[in-house]
Amino acid sequence: MLKIRDLHVNYGGIKALKGININVPDGKIITLIGGNGAGKSTTLRAAVGLVKLSGGSILYDNNDLTGIKTKDIVSKGLVLVPEGRRVFANLTIHENLVLGAYARKDKLEIERDREKVLMLFPRLKERLKQKAGTLSGGEQQMLAVGRAIMTKPKLLMMDEPSLGLAPLIVKNIFEIIQNINKLGVTILLIEQNAKAALEIADYGYVMETGNIVMEGPGRELLNNEDVKKAYLGIA
Amino acid sequence: MTFEIFLQHLSNAVSLGSLYALIAIGYTMVYGILRLINFAHGDIFMLGGYFAFYALTTFLMPWWVGFIVAIGLTALLGMSIEKVAYRPLRDSPKVSVLISAIGVSFLIESLGVVIFGGIQKAFPIPDLFGKVMMIGNIYIVSVNFFIPVIAFIFLVGLMYLINKTKTGMAMRALSRDHETARLMGIDVDKVIAYTFGLGSLLAAVGGIMWGMKYPQLYPLMGVMPGLKCFIAAVVGGIGNITGAVLGGLIIGILEIMTVAFLPDLTGYRDAFAFILLIIILLVKPTGLMGENLAEKV
Repeated sequence: MLKIRDLHVNYGGIKALKGININVPDGKIITLIGGNGAGKSTTLRAAVGLVKLSGGSILYDNNDLTGIKTKDIVSKGLVLVPEGRRVFANLTIHENLVLGAYARKDKLEIERDREKVLMLFPRLKERLKQKAGTLSGGEQQMLAVGRAIMTKPKLLMMDEPSLGLAPLIVKNIFEIIQNINKLGVTILLIEQNAKAALEIADYGYVMETGNIVMEGPGRELLNNEDVKKAYLGIA
Repeated sequence: MTFEIFLQHLSNAVSLGSLYALIAIGYTMVYGILRLINFAHGDIFMLGGYFAFYALTTFLMPWWVGFIVAIGLTALLGMSIEKVAYRPLRDSPKVSVLISAIGVSFLIESLGVVIFGGIQKAFPIPDLFGKVMMIGNIYIVSVNFFIPVIAFIFLVGLMYLINKTKTGMAMRALSRDHETARLMGIDVDKVIAYTFGLGSLLAAVGGIMWGMKYPQLYPLMGVMPGLKCFIAAVVGGIGNITGAVLGGLIIGILEIMTVAFLPDLTGYRDAFAFILLIIILLVKPTGLMGENLAEKV
């Protein structure tokens, strides 16, 4: 579904990505793990056209995304839930969800998706008229995911959805990710919480300073000695 | 001073304040979304007046047709200015855009002198707006009655647009976070263009009514009202539309009332807005309705 080939990204003189290859097949959960500054976020931001490529290509449904505007990429169903949730704090929850469907015209399906989101996140339903800024961190993450569902994603990319959340809520978020996947949405997940991510992932990539250093099925990486040492905190 | 005279001054003050409010909204909306002071806004206001002048004199349109045409043209012009002078600098440092805005302002003023001529032109006031009306015991020129009414109608329309429509929601979203708006599939450039169009539309309404209130036009007429309305936006809390309206009303009323009650200070009438600005910046730098935009999760 998404094929990243030999992707290079430079920020000024700094090489953030040095030729990475990632394959996201239809219907799977793929995860990208690695430390701070490894280039995980840059990869996702390049995919939706928020940063310029210096080399390589990104193919989505066999179409090259180079030079295509973010809004058009989003309309094709390639959607990013950015790091730090980034809900529109000055808008109500209802309005945040409406904006998720901004570019869509299919009114009936929008309404159906809204019902779906409110079913997935009953907490949001109770607070529709409330400003998003008044929500707790976990609720904001739910709104960010709900808002992304309103864009009708085929491939949902999530940047650190568990960042800064209480352990119980983190568990909840990972369950929700699996549920969304079961609804037929392909997932590309970035996480520092490597263990939780690898547990639900079909396949994983490990990134270090702009390179993919290892890849394999989620379970395999979970049991890999190097991964354990570096990312799972198990000696 | 009798109560009647006071009311007469008040009607004059409220009508001037309403005009300031209409212009101040354009500053505050553009600032809210782009963090840019659109220095050309006062000149767009001037153009609104001139477009109406030519529509009524050269093209002999019925006044209401002429006004609508002038307002539409000004809105389109505001959008074109954004496209030509600001959009190419979207990713440049803020100061570049600011310099571009000042450049556009000088350009419009100078072109105005060349094309319209530097001599004042008398605005052709339609009968409806030039009548002297008697309300209770006070006499007012009808334009001073219509200005607040029309301003109010436009404000209600604006509030509806901002709060109830999808485009309005997108504008509010943009005022916080461009990148995330993009990730929702929002066409950011289009929404920014609409914002300029809307602000210029309101400035044109202001310019036309200004032309009827002080029935003359000249190419630099936008400079001082532009500055005062920028101050009104800051006093109200820049980025906040209600604040801009409040700031505009306060400055208009302050200006007229000071002149009315302290005639010795008439020569300083333009100074009051600036004094108010200094006081506000000292006491409440975020403005009356402003909030700190520092929050980030």
